[in-house]
Amino acid sequence: MKKWQCIVCGFEYDEAEGMPDEGIEPGTKWEDIPDDWTCPDCGAPKDDFEMMEVD
Amino acid sequence: MSDTRITLAEARAYDRKRWLWPMGFGIIILVAAATVAGWLSGITVLMFAGPIMVYGIVPLLDFMIGKDSTNPPERVLDVLEDDPFYRYSTYIYVLVQLVLFIAVCVVVGTQPLTIWQWLGFVSTIGMLSGISINTAHELGHKNTAVESWLAKIALAPVAYGHFYVEHNFGHHKRVATPEDPASARLGESFWRFLPRTVIGSARSAWHIEKRRLARKGRPTWSLHNEVLQSWGMTAVLWIGLMAAFGVALLPFLIIQAVLGASLLEAVNYCEHYGLKRQKHDNGRYERCRPEHSWNNDHIVTNIFLFHLQRHSDHHAHPTRRYQSLRHFDEAPELPTGYAGMIVLAYMPWLWYRVMDHRVLAHYDGDIRLANLDPRNRDRLLAQYPPPAT
Repeated sequence: MKKWQCIVCGFEYDEAEGMPDEGIEPGTKWEDIPDDWTCPDCGAPKDDFEMMEVD
Repeated sequence: MSDTRITLAEARAYDRKRWLWPMGFGIIILVAAATVAGWLSGITVLMFAGPIMVYGIVPLLDFMIGKDSTNPPERVLDVLEDDPFYRYSTYIYVLVQLVLFIAVCVVVGTQPLTIWQWLGFVSTIGMLSGISINTAHELGHKNTAVESWLAKIALAPVAYGHFYVEHNFGHHKRVATPEDPASARLGESFWRFLPRTVIGSARSAWHIEKRRLARKGRPTWSLHNEVLQSWGMTAVLWIGLMAAFGVALLPFLIIQAVLGASLLEAVNYCEHYGLKRQKHDNGRYERCRPEHSWNNDHIVTNIFLFHLQRHSDHHAHPTRRYQSLRHFDEAPELPTGYAGMIVLAYMPWLWYRVMDHRVLAHYDGDIRLANLDPRNRDRLLAQYPPPAT
């Protein structure tokens, strides 16, 4: 499981947690999130996310 | 892939303003030339070229020249984005601004000036410093080392380096919500917005860095703190200039920074006035959409501010370069460019007359959907009664 971070505002998407509120089940891989999905905080597109280093 | 050279030429052909973009730095050279001419010739009024241009000439030219609402088609955006021509205009801008700033500091620090000449220099440089925050904004969203550094350099003279942190990680996250210090509320005058945004943004930038450094296990007070880094750059620049040209330069440095920051915040005031993202039941705000920013397509201000007024697309695609930003028909539109709007913002009674009914119309008469100033909430609800449901 990986984490992805919005380079604009810092929002983190954690594949393990998903976003159940938005209908994204826990365990949903980044590549399985629809291309038109955007950052829930700032609205930046998926392209503006980068994979985070695992601490 | 087909021949990319044809694609580049084609992409360029879609940008009707292509050859106007270098006027971004061209205008500041003209302003500085007018100021110096005014100083040397004794025609002191020319030394106020900065404010005359921002508050007079640009709004007038917007009115005379009008709008460009054309959009580059989706398929050429990537090519347009990679065209270095556009980046270089912003790089040159930062260098020109820095040279002009230092040159004027030399004059102010070493030459005998009348009070009016001094005021001319400080007001003109103040305007240029304010506009350079916008250039830093364009650069500060880009993910390259050159552009990040140029953004920080551009913010050093005006002592607004924390903007770089706060804008990306604060404003873009909380835009058009009551929690955002940089989103103006309906019924909030510019003069009350100004201290709220200046203090709130500095505080926010500090907290953002503190949290980020804590996550990395570093102390807040460290060289890795980007807020301290940028304020440190200002300190080095200002102290260096005072060491070379005298401590008497200090009032000049402070006043131009205050004028510059106020100009930027006046633009901020216009960008989201009264607009609000609604809150979902789960406590999250709805996503930022085109309807949450005020836009304008007047050509002159757009050239001057690197398409900042295509603000909805900027929030939808914050890393997108200025030349590729698009106009949206569904986004709310200001009656004139930001340059003209800030003149109104300084006169709250006039601003409310022009803007409040536009916010109301945007929310189909339901004022409760707007970002209401808590102090004026009751008055606004009485003045614009919400529709019965």
